[in-house]
Amino acid sequence: MIDVLKKFDMDELLNCMHCGFCLPACPTFQQTGLETYSPRGRIALMKGVAESKLPIDEEFEHNMYACLGCRACETACPAGVKYGELIETAREVVEDTKKAAGRQSFGRRIVLKRLFMHPRRMKLTGRALWALQASGLQELASKTGLVQILPREMTEMQVAVDRVASPADRKKRTRVVKAEQRAPVARKVGLFTGCIMDVMFYETNQATARLLSKAGCDVVFVDQQQCCGALHAHSGEKADAKVLAKQNIEAFEALDLDVIVNNAGGCGAALKEYHHWLKDDPVWADRARNFVAKVRDISELLTTLPLQVTKTLNARVTYQDSCHLAHGQGVRKQPRDLIRSIPGVEYIEMENADGCCGSAGIYNITNFDMSMRVLDDKMNHVADAKASIVVTANPGCLLQMKKGIIRAGLEGRMEAVHIVDLLDRLV
Amino acid sequence: MMDEEVLVQLRNIVGKNRVLTRGNELYTYSFDATPIVQAQPDVVVMPGDTREVAEILKLAHVNQIPVIPRGSGTNLAGGTVPVEGGIVLNMTRFNKILEIDEKNLTATVGPGVITAEFHKAVEECGFFYPPDPGSMRISTIGGNVAQCAGGMRGLKYGVTKDYVMGLEYVLPTGQILRCGGKNYKDVAGYDLTRLLVGSEGTLAVITEITLKLLPRPETKRTLVVFCHQMVDAARIVERTIAEKIIPATMEFLDQATMQVVDDFSHLGLPRNVAAMLLLEQDGSEEQVVRDVDRIAEIAREEGVADVQLAKTAEEGAKLMAARRSALAALSRLRPTTILEDATVPRSQLAQMVEAIIQISAKHQVQICTFGHAGDGNLHPTCMTDERNHEEIKRVEEAFREIFATALALGGTITGEHGVGMAKMAYLPQRVGEGGIELMQAIKQAFDPHGIMNPGKVVAKAARSRVVVRNA
Ligand SMILES: Cc1cc2nc3c(=O)[nH]c(=O)nc-3n(C[C@H](O)[C@H](O)[C@H](O)COP(=O)(O)OP(=O)(O)OC[C@H]3O[C@@H](n4cnc5c(N)ncnc54)[C@H](O)[C@@H]3O)c2cc1C
Ligand code: SF4
Ligand code: SF4
Repeated sequence: MIDVLKKFDMDELLNCMHCGFCLPACPTFQQTGLETYSPRGRIALMKGVAESKLPIDEEFEHNMYACLGCRACETACPAGVKYGELIETAREVVEDTKKAAGRQSFGRRIVLKRLFMHPRRMKLTGRALWALQASGLQELASKTGLVQILPREMTEMQVAVDRVASPADRKKRTRVVKAEQRAPVARKVGLFTGCIMDVMFYETNQATARLLSKAGCDVVFVDQQQCCGALHAHSGEKADAKVLAKQNIEAFEALDLDVIVNNAGGCGAALKEYHHWLKDDPVWADRARNFVAKVRDISELLTTLPLQVTKTLNARVTYQDSCHLAHGQGVRKQPRDLIRSIPGVEYIEMENADGCCGSAGIYNITNFDMSMRVLDDKMNHVADAKASIVVTANPGCLLQMKKGIIRAGLEGRMEAVHIVDLLDRLV
Repeated sequence: MMDEEVLVQLRNIVGKNRVLTRGNELYTYSFDATPIVQAQPDVVVMPGDTREVAEILKLAHVNQIPVIPRGSGTNLAGGTVPVEGGIVLNMTRFNKILEIDEKNLTATVGPGVITAEFHKAVEECGFFYPPDPGSMRISTIGGNVAQCAGGMRGLKYGVTKDYVMGLEYVLPTGQILRCGGKNYKDVAGYDLTRLLVGSEGTLAVITEITLKLLPRPETKRTLVVFCHQMVDAARIVERTIAEKIIPATMEFLDQATMQVVDDFSHLGLPRNVAAMLLLEQDGSEEQVVRDVDRIAEIAREEGVADVQLAKTAEEGAKLMAARRSALAALSRLRPTTILEDATVPRSQLAQMVEAIIQISAKHQVQICTFGHAGDGNLHPTCMTDERNHEEIKRVEEAFREIFATALALGGTITGEHGVGMAKMAYLPQRVGEGGIELMQAIKQAFDPHGIMNPGKVVAKAARSRVVVRNA
């Protein structure tokens, strides 16, 4: 127990002066008006636990997992409290305590361990999903109520899932996509495909490679890459997250790349934190730093490359920030610049664009009801923008926005699309 | 522990989801923005209308249970810390703007309305509500009224009390009363409205507020002055006012505060000047330009390092926002940040700032100072570490001297944050023993059982300043 508590960075906890500046930024506080659902409250609870004034019990666990991890509070905090790190530690402490007590783990952990630790299993799931959809079973299942065997949360979310790529399509992927034209500075780019991304949004990864090739890069699909580890880190499984980080660093450094690019804000934020995760590891600290120095989000990279958007798109377009891209990586301007660079586009900034959509990793499965409350508020702003396209930069947000469009009855009037897919249609 | 029977009745009044009793829930309502002080309530209740508040108070009155009204818990005087346990009465569900009366220039709101949201709403109708505490994006109007919050526009426009025209409030016995209203002139009896403003939740629970509005000023401009010496800043303030120019805002930041604020907001402030004055004037275009030019001239005559006029409204707004973040940004320096609120007549400003510098050196504690230079309201802020008990003792000693100095200069122990529990020990020095006795008698008249926010302001047994009551 005592060892578990040592994990908290007391200085960081004390840095919070309970000023409350973070409250208006926090989606869960906005929904509930309760301090237990606010960043200030959660930090106080962590401090209470760290000082052994509060037990690490189910209530604490609930409060730590009710946080979206969107890190909007971090952007708002004038004292510079590193909330993202604090919440990861808090969840780690919860999980460690449960393990020590031999208590049963969550569905959340089973999913993480069984699925996300094993890319092969992810691929299998992808194929199963494809088979299900291809055979029309999905439709049948929803009609007959067969989907009811899935937990309600998953059933609810699956309506937003597009058709996934077939195994035959997947086989066609070449390992290297050569540059179509030589850029002034030729770049050798490694594509971080992501685990869910590569299953559910396989085509977006292909599109990313096409775009980069048109912009003068040699793109490599790196074998041996693993899940980024973000979901594990956010779920208190830091040890697993570190294992994945090391495997990724190894896989990418073998290829001597100029840039490591990703198209998922959540994965990108994790990749850019590897040097923090591994800072105390004498063997890996330097290697992690070198790795992190090369990591870029696709929007960051594209805005530095000579990419010509040629086709015109006569549409009103708005952008939903990915929390981990905006609050985590500080990338806000580049995706907007890319959208504005499309001929014909009328760009409209929606209110509270960098407020979380409620997707937040697997939050929309684990905390379905709160996730939908946050989403419905978000959709009010989306609808107010009166755009026909809402652009996202992260697979989780994309799925959530698709779900939101259905919930808000905006189908047919509005589409949600990943920024890469949008650009791919137009170059 | 609260009687189970009382909890059942509370649940009957507000519904079971509005009564919080779990460990984590009580813990998160055991503190406000005040450092170090903490104590747990027995229950947190979230009423939704006046009738519910009245029922809760009746119940509390009969059972003699303390009731602590709470807005957003941003006060810096321990005002919402339930030092004697009891019911924390969370008023944030009273968050409706009930009316904006364009004919009478008033607005009627629930106490839970967030100050900045109120600003936005009235400004959209072309009106202006001047009180703007640094915490306005979070604080509630109810909290502002109960504290008589000030802000950066106090010099020209006054503070919250100058805008409260009428109140609906509930006495600890559960009786619902009203005072004041929409009449600009009203001298019928004692001015209970003024009495309740700044009563810090010790007399009654405020459930509805009627506020005075002004027409929105035509334009405003922001000016920044960087000074080589602290006294230059003070002299510019004195001379400006002596020339009968009353700026809307005259804020002051010392060097250390500027550096930290700049680290946070990346404004590119100079690092080597002693102080910064931030001025804003509003009104008609012609007047504003004339005033701002003249102030810039005065500043140059005083030989300041630099004078800069904000080119755009956004640039001005950014500077003001940076000033608002001063306290929180300072808290980056050390784990614990203790902000105080000493105020002196404007003419004593330079002397007070000098004294603070000397006192902090003498006691070897780090104190930065910023505040509302225009109205003499200073916020000496100490960066310390609550775990270092020896240092905390020195901090207390330093603040004791700072308050003594402020009083000796004809000043006061708090300009806007209130007494709460933090400043109780100093109150007799400010108002005299007779003043305390009268205040206690008033308290007795409103609250015979002493259940309203006990242990605050005029509590019979004043505690020592730092109360660390482990939850
Ligand atoms: C960063 C920062 C900057 C600040 N800047 C300023 C500033 O510039 N000027 C200034 O004056 N203050 C400032 N403050 C202090 C504080 O924000 C104000 O005093 C504010 O008015 C408190 O509002 P609140 O809603 O948080 O009230 P709370 O802190 O919740 O309550 C304050 C007091 O009011 C009582 N109360 C609340 N609601 C009611 C009600 N409905 N009926 C009866 N009593 C009630 C409470 O019991 C308590 O005593 C600042 C605080 C912070 C953290
Ligand atoms: S804004 Fe920062 S310092 Fe203030 S309460 Fe939130 S986390 Fe704490
Ligand atoms: S990470 Fe997001 S949900 Fe969690 S406390 Fe911060 S703002 Fe709230």
